[in-house]
Amino acid sequence: MAEKVLMKGNEALAEAAICAGCRHFFGYPITPQTELAAYMAKVMPKIGGTYLQAESEIAAINMVLGASAAGVRAMTSSSSPGISLKSEGISYMAGSDLPGLIINVQRGGPGLGGIQPSQSDYWQATKATGHGDFQILVFAPSTIQEMIDLVFTAFDLGDKYRMPAMILLDGMLGQMMEPVVLPEKGKISLTEKPWAADGHGFKRQHNIINSLYLDPALLERTNIQRFERYAAIKETEQRCEEYCTEDADLVVVAFGASSRICRNAIVAARAQGIKAGILRPITLWPFPTDAILQLAQTAKAFLAVEMSMGQMVEDVKLAVNGAKPVRFYGRTGGIIPSPSEVLEQIKTIAGGM
Amino acid sequence: MAIVFQRPKSLAEVNMHYCPGCTHGIIHRLIAETIDELEIEGKTVGIAPVGCSVRAYDYFNCDMVQAAHGRAPAVATGLKRARPDNIIFTYQGDGDLAAIGMAETVHAATRGENITVIFVNNAIYGMTGGQMAPTSLPGQVTQTSPYGRDVRAAGYPIRVCELLSTLDGVTLAQRVAVDCVKNVRIAKKAIKKAFENQVNGLGYSIVEVISSCPTNWGLAPNEALEWLRGNMLPYYPLGVYKDLSIDKSTDKSAEGGM
Repeated sequence: MAEKVLMKGNEALAEAAICAGCRHFFGYPITPQTELAAYMAKVMPKIGGTYLQAESEIAAINMVLGASAAGVRAMTSSSSPGISLKSEGISYMAGSDLPGLIINVQRGGPGLGGIQPSQSDYWQATKATGHGDFQILVFAPSTIQEMIDLVFTAFDLGDKYRMPAMILLDGMLGQMMEPVVLPEKGKISLTEKPWAADGHGFKRQHNIINSLYLDPALLERTNIQRFERYAAIKETEQRCEEYCTEDADLVVVAFGASSRICRNAIVAARAQGIKAGILRPITLWPFPTDAILQLAQTAKAFLAVEMSMGQMVEDVKLAVNGAKPVRFYGRTGGIIPSPSEVLEQIKTIAGGM
Repeated sequence: MAIVFQRPKSLAEVNMHYCPGCTHGIIHRLIAETIDELEIEGKTVGIAPVGCSVRAYDYFNCDMVQAAHGRAPAVATGLKRARPDNIIFTYQGDGDLAAIGMAETVHAATRGENITVIFVNNAIYGMTGGQMAPTSLPGQVTQTSPYGRDVRAAGYPIRVCELLSTLDGVTLAQRVAVDCVKNVRIAKKAIKKAFENQVNGLGYSIVEVISSCPTNWGLAPNEALEWLRGNMLPYYPLGVYKDLSIDKSTDKSAEGGM
């Protein structure tokens, strides 16, 4: 059995990406993702990889676009304000059907906001990482081990579906340390990329990586085809974890750092005889709508808990579709809710059921 | 009968969309001839900008990537770092390279990225219908400088070759024009050198091509070339602003001999 090592979230992510075959990292300094880039700067030159500190977040994502167009696994990492700058490039990647991994270690916003943990980029990640009709894959790990595992999943599914993938973290997960088992090196199988612009060598027609379609009918058809792919992803790739939901009257829905806090609150609620459970979305896009809809048949109410003013709660409401009440509790601006705060919410809602 | 002139193999056999008298066609041909002569089509990847030449991806037979406005040097950096043996060139206009993409331009240059940049300067935004560019001349009338470019409000035009030649990362910075046969021949030599430098691993090379835009200048093609000679060339003198090709080749062969 592989050895357990103690790792910081940001560094574990970097090591996992290297294990997953990524040799091209482009970034720009920003708190609280700093350790990830620093780790890459230290390791990449020693293994023949590229760590490049770009002149801006805009340049960094376009370097990812270029490297991805050449057919290699490429990534960038940033925190909330930096992701806003990357949104142009992410839209171009989606429009050009290019994979690529984007890490967002979220901090409080809007604007320069703060540097403490937040989940207030949910809308940005799942609805509008850039202009135009498109989606990206969004993963929300809640432990450092899961961060490592999802780096592989994000690269694999991004390559499979030819679309950008994001791992949505927060400053708490990025900065904390946990024991993890790293994957064995050299056990990856990379997808063939016959579409890449890597030099035709007179062996094929020239490849064009492009998102421009001046003919509206052609652009509409391209978008429709892309959304057919998205529909297939919604069918097959929804992921979530449930805890104590079988008999739950109240189902808490929370992801990432807040899901860990909610889990503690649920243990405490159960001890007091309240039938509460938690559904933790692992994929934020595609959102685990099917599992929530299923629970809506048995649960009496839902409570979305987020480190924001309430963003994911809208997707919970869409999934529940009016069948049961959906409540919200959140802290924002870099404040992390405590288990006792969440327990109070659970008790209040349970008292009214 | 001997063939003395024909379409380069790496230039696609399609009709280009450029306006009559536009010089993009000549510049495309010079690049394609270079690619043919250096026998690099199979490993070349070109980057099309946003602007009139956005559809360059349909005109070259090598692999092509279309980049966001101004981002071609960053995309080129990604392509080159991923596949260092490939030959990467960007093809950019003045708005793309010297306005929205100035940060990417300066930093790719100062990093000495081993890429080739072809910069087409026609002192105007062509595709959007003739707005003031970072290289529009003082007093030049455009859609967005209808009373002439007032340098007190809009600032001065940027001389890109002069600016970039101050950076240690730049190997070649040369300004050429394609207004007459003589200058076209000089332009061809410069473009070829800019590609050869990359093949030889010598670093960042930029060739600025002073170009015309008869449509948006509101001039007939021949009048446009006259205007170019009378107005642009005095502000943008042709010539070599920096050329370390020979020094760097010597250094490289010296390194190789150690």
